[in-house]
Amino acid sequence: MSGEQSRKLIVLAAIWALLILAPYWMVPLGGYTALATRVLVLGLAAMSVNFLLGFTGVLSFGHAAYFGLGAYGAGLTLKYLALSTPLALIAGILVGGICGSILGLLIVRRRGVYFAMVTIAFGQVFYYIAFQWSSLTGGDDGLRGFSRQPLDFGLFKIDILSSDMAFYFFVLFCFAIAVSSMGFILRSPFGRTMIAIRENERRSRFLGIPVERHIWIAFSLSCFFMGFAGALYALVNNFADPRGLHYSQSGDFVIMAVMGGMRSFWGPLLGAAVFVTLQDYLSSVTVNWMSFLGLLFVLVVLFFPRGLLGVLHRSNT
Amino acid sequence: MNVLEIQNVTKRFGNLVAVNDISLNVAKGEMCAIIGPNGAGKTTFFNLISGFFPPTSGAITFDGRNITRLATHERVARGMARTFQITEIFPELTVFENVRIAAEVASGYRLRPWITRSEKADIHSHVEATLKLVSLETKTDRLVGELAHGDQRAAEIAMALALKPHLLLLDEPTAGMGDQETYHITQLIRRLHRESNYTIALIEHDMRVVFHLADRICVLDQGRMLAQGTPKEIADNETVQAAYLGTAA
Repeated sequence: MSGEQSRKLIVLAAIWALLILAPYWMVPLGGYTALATRVLVLGLAAMSVNFLLGFTGVLSFGHAAYFGLGAYGAGLTLKYLALSTPLALIAGILVGGICGSILGLLIVRRRGVYFAMVTIAFGQVFYYIAFQWSSLTGGDDGLRGFSRQPLDFGLFKIDILSSDMAFYFFVLFCFAIAVSSMGFILRSPFGRTMIAIRENERRSRFLGIPVERHIWIAFSLSCFFMGFAGALYALVNNFADPRGLHYSQSGDFVIMAVMGGMRSFWGPLLGAAVFVTLQDYLSSVTVNWMSFLGLLFVLVVLFFPRGLLGVLHRSNT
Repeated sequence: MNVLEIQNVTKRFGNLVAVNDISLNVAKGEMCAIIGPNGAGKTTFFNLISGFFPPTSGAITFDGRNITRLATHERVARGMARTFQITEIFPELTVFENVRIAAEVASGYRLRPWITRSEKADIHSHVEATLKLVSLETKTDRLVGELAHGDQRAAEIAMALALKPHLLLLDEPTAGMGDQETYHITQLIRRLHRESNYTIALIEHDMRVVFHLADRICVLDQGRMLAQGTPKEIADNETVQAAYLGTAA
């Protein structure tokens, strides 16, 4: 037992060391700091999808909506309300999370394919709103005219706008907060009821768990995390795009989660890293980069149904 | 005092009357067995008691309260636990984790983001005591999905027991078991009844088990209550012999 625990600690330390040192080892390998930032943000989004998919057993195919809402929430705050990066993030989290919890009430009674379909439908509603409401959202062109603001601590400022490095560490800090809250929730009695529902819904019900209510809470929580990721993404690009709410974006998040390994906590981050890096590299080589990524996804699903990280887990035990 | 009182309960599915005007009381500390041929409505009857679906008519009272329209999880919260004909467990979790979830929900911790050290210690000792009761204490770290069938059933019973139920509903606890496993489960149920004083209602096909365990036997046939009484009364009942026991033997 203690051997197992110390092994887990070592793995955890290694993951964080890799993330903290990413700007230093990625550049010599041909990457760049902003790429690492994108991996973190999209990784957080994939982990939020997986919070629901891998740990509650519920597949949402419309989670990009809450990602996009977080992005617009942050962007609109910076553009019209306040020139403050923390406020923009909080606004993004709240917009994504609150919209998710309200829609969640209508969704949680559905199961399986029906659940996925209803989440797509609601997601598309937000997509078309962002697309059509040009005066507020910029419509098809996306929301422009805002940028992340330097962090002002009174005594000193951190310039996350012009320094890629400083911004990476700011995003890593936000990522760490979100991911540790996720881990904390999953290790709580509530988190164990989520896993119980994933494992066997009927048994959970007959242990006295009000299954719909617990799925709703898990759904809402994952939407708050999603809003956080979306808000960060708006800061990454200084731009919010209606395509960020589209169901094809939801599909990308699901692909990252499944490719990385949806039963493992860190799998979706690995999935996002592979996805984003390949996208970045392949799209500079060919316009058909999607077909190569798709091929990789098919291969992973066929030969490593537990995802890339699932393979590592098995070879360890 | 009666733990469970069922008054004139009927369940229709379209034209089919699966359970037809059945009344039954289960007294505190009693072991009541429900038998009957396939399709007699035994499992439907259990589903009505545990809240799988509401009855078409009739009333169900549990611990003095009308629970006829309550949802399943609310019945469980009031002290009703059940197992299923086909084992319902969390296959990819360990034996310990399976029972811990039940123990935490029973302690009212299901929505808690954390529990204190002493609460955690209480949960652990409760889980360990429960696992000892069903003789799974040496298999706590095994995945439930990898256990033998008999041990899986025992794990499911342990989850039900961890809820500290006032009424335990067991749906064919020996289904699909060999002689050895049947013997062990029967001994376990007997201990739960005689030593731990659980109130138990069970559905069972195996007549040796039923006549060995039950204080009272209810015979269902085609949705109706054919007879109820002590094992001896049932064995001597001519209607029952004609409808069920005679053909079974």
